[in-house]
Amino acid sequence: MSDATQTGPVLAADGSPLKRSLARTLRRQKLRALLLISPLLVFVLVTFIVPIVSMLFRSVENQIVAHTLPQTVEALQDWNPDAGEPPSEAVFEALYFDMFKAAEAKRHTQVGNRLNYEQPGLSSMFRGTGRDLDDIGEEFEDVFVGIDPAFKTSEFWFELLSGEGGESFLDDRRALYAAMLGESMRGDVGFLPSAEMVSLLPATSAAYTDFAIWTAIEKEDVVAEERPWEAVYAGLGVDLRSPEVVAEIGSYSGPGADILKAAVASRDQLPQASFQEMFAESDEDWLDVEGWRTMSLYSPDYTTGYFLNSVDLQKTIDGVEARPETQQIYIKLFIRTLYMSLIITGACILLGYPVAWILANLPLRTANVLMILVLLPFWTSLLVRTSAWKVLLQQQGVINEILVWLGFVADDGRLVLMNNATGTIIAMTHILLPFMILPLYSVMKTIPPSYLRAAKSLGATNWTAFWRVYFPQSVPGIGAGSILVFILAIGYYITPEIVGGTDGVFISNRIAYHISSSLNWGLAAALGTILLLVVLALYWLYDQIVGIDNVKLGG
Amino acid sequence: MTDSHSGDAFVAFERVQKSYDGETLVVKDLNLSIPKGEFLTMLGPSGSGKTTCLMMLAGFETATHGKILLDGVSINNIPPHKRGIGMVFQNYALFPHMTVAENLSFPLEVRKLGKSDRDAKVKRALDMVQMGAFGGRRPAQLSGGQQQRIALARALVFEPELVLMDEPLGALDKQLREHMQFEITNLAHDLGITTVYVTHDQTEALTMSDRVAVFDDGRIQQIDAPDVLYESPKNSFVAQFIGENNTLHGTIKEIKGELAVVQLEDGELIDCKPVNVSNVGERTLVSIRPERVEFDKSRLKKGTHTVKAEVLEFIYMGDIFRTRLRVAGNDNFVIKSRNAPDQVRLKPGETIEIGWLPEDCRALDAK
Repeated sequence: MSDATQTGPVLAADGSPLKRSLARTLRRQKLRALLLISPLLVFVLVTFIVPIVSMLFRSVENQIVAHTLPQTVEALQDWNPDAGEPPSEAVFEALYFDMFKAAEAKRHTQVGNRLNYEQPGLSSMFRGTGRDLDDIGEEFEDVFVGIDPAFKTSEFWFELLSGEGGESFLDDRRALYAAMLGESMRGDVGFLPSAEMVSLLPATSAAYTDFAIWTAIEKEDVVAEERPWEAVYAGLGVDLRSPEVVAEIGSYSGPGADILKAAVASRDQLPQASFQEMFAESDEDWLDVEGWRTMSLYSPDYTTGYFLNSVDLQKTIDGVEARPETQQIYIKLFIRTLYMSLIITGACILLGYPVAWILANLPLRTANVLMILVLLPFWTSLLVRTSAWKVLLQQQGVINEILVWLGFVADDGRLVLMNNATGTIIAMTHILLPFMILPLYSVMKTIPPSYLRAAKSLGATNWTAFWRVYFPQSVPGIGAGSILVFILAIGYYITPEIVGGTDGVFISNRIAYHISSSLNWGLAAALGTILLLVVLALYWLYDQIVGIDNVKLGG
Repeated sequence: MTDSHSGDAFVAFERVQKSYDGETLVVKDLNLSIPKGEFLTMLGPSGSGKTTCLMMLAGFETATHGKILLDGVSINNIPPHKRGIGMVFQNYALFPHMTVAENLSFPLEVRKLGKSDRDAKVKRALDMVQMGAFGGRRPAQLSGGQQQRIALARALVFEPELVLMDEPLGALDKQLREHMQFEITNLAHDLGITTVYVTHDQTEALTMSDRVAVFDDGRIQQIDAPDVLYESPKNSFVAQFIGENNTLHGTIKEIKGELAVVQLEDGELIDCKPVNVSNVGERTLVSIRPERVEFDKSRLKKGTHTVKAEVLEFIYMGDIFRTRLRVAGNDNFVIKSRNAPDQVRLKPGETIEIGWLPEDCRALDAK
């Protein structure tokens, strides 16, 4: 063997480095192992990681405002919220066309709802004005049709606005649609804007292009055969307000030039009111600066607003502020959730420890019978168990009746055991008890009785033997049970909902409320994320204090 | 050193019975007295009641009937932790969550000794078992032999006058076990403590003890010093349980004082020492130790009666030769001879004459 004299890496028999040789032989095994767990891996990824990531994303995501009202948000950049004035006409103009487009897709109410989380009232403002948008356009339409009936026909508009060179304009409008609807909006529109018209009549072209995309791709109709939106008439009206446009139409000679020129000549008949006035007529709250401040604060794609809301803070123009005291609920709920979960965990330890001890020290046969009693609740529906507690705990319930009958409690002084924190603690302790008993039992099972005997033979009393010798060895079981019970308790929802009343509800109930009733998923996601972080922090703390190696679920 | 209820007995069992189920007795009428400083071993097959006796003495089992006395005081109703008896358990039962020093300190702490006192005693006990450097380790970090020493030290650290050991060497390998046997005996004698040792290993019992109590079927079959036990077993159970033993079935033909004539199954008559047989015509089991059988005529006493034997197998074992013979219809008759330069190595198939001294040939009950 020349091993002793050899320098450099150790070689395998075939001369290749031993490390590579080893890696090659192990690779097959590793691949096979990976293949074996891949179904589970995929399952966990899809059902666990993806929802959590999506939740984390949802808690900061705020694209709905910028995606639904893109031009408004852009125009709003120039607005100074501190001036105390509503935004300029340009903003209202952009808002009209954004809202019209959104209203066609029935998206404007969603923006309204989103903004309503931050400032109540905005939802109805959006919904109400959404109904008036057509009327505003019709005012323009009536005038145009009066000038020349051709304005009524779909062919006129199609010939006027279609042409060549507008591909990039079409793509831009298409992209805005795609962002709003979250769909690709790919497909043949059957309409190509004329580059000349895009520069001559920008607002009209934009409105008509939007109409074309919506008609062709969402409604699957032929653009050239459909009458355009009222917004297109409004667009033309807006365009004709500009003196430059009026001047340029004079030198225009393409399709519909005569009709267009006639419209220019009679443009005095067009509605002269500003969009700001028209919005104010629909709902005067549109002039309220507060609403616009909220819109401007929540216009970015991502926001910390949900998280601030989750900890009873709010965003204002002047920075982060505490919410009014009457609206502060989440911190209180978080603290109550943690505090009550701790009480439940403690109660489970106190009640579960002796049971586990008895189970571990009985002959196997008897222990198995008793174990069934412990497990029986597991096999009963959670809802049934909780409802059973309702029967037991209510003021006319079993417990109170017995206490009154025994004379411990006066008939008019029945105990309030339900619809408060007491009810939640009692019912949840019962429901989570098996999660404490099982790990305790499996750990105690591994502690040989000879330790207690040894301690006694060394002179320890029963109590000392238990406390100094048995208990420390059962701590890993307590740790495992506590982690299980605490983490389950902190996220519990059904039981507090049923027996908790208002004083006994957990943060999860609030999350559920925002998911299913108020539909404020962003806030629900933020609350959920905070809950997750709290659990992780507590887990870390637990690891520091007790050590996660000390947790045994058995064996 | 008898089983009489002597006043100087340190530990005494008086008519002790034990039943777990109320139907069968695990221990039947146990009478035993152990003088101070004695090393007594309870030996027996599993289920013979020896461990139950030990547990009753330690206080973990209560006697169904009878009295157990420690230093003249009945301890039947004294809980284990007040008995002050040191105990070494089968699997050591070292507390895994404490260091070695804490394990040793535990019995002193519960006796409320001061810290300096405790430290001194722990150190002394660790030095006593040559484990002085291991005080800071956890039991799991020690080898089996080391754990055994710590268990021993822990049982001795509070200076009990009586130490019980329940098969303490069962988990060790052969070499370590022999070494520890030696150490435990020395320690027990040096400290002058009374030791009750339970084992099912007869070699251990013979090499370590002052006296050995052989248990079977809930009774002490014989209690004697190891040499007496080996050389003069009182019944066929003891003869067969202790050491290797050749047995021949036969019938008593005649008894004259210290000599009995036994007719073996092939009709041969041999002289024996009657032990627990008394009647002519009684069936008997003749017991002869393999090393007491001689086949070299020159070494036999003149006039010794010899028996024909056929060599079946010769086994070379290094220090000794082991030869299996067929004698009087018994195919498992073994003789052992020392591997001396002039020793004859028998060949299978040979027919030889074997003989023994009548006093080495014991006629026992034919159980």
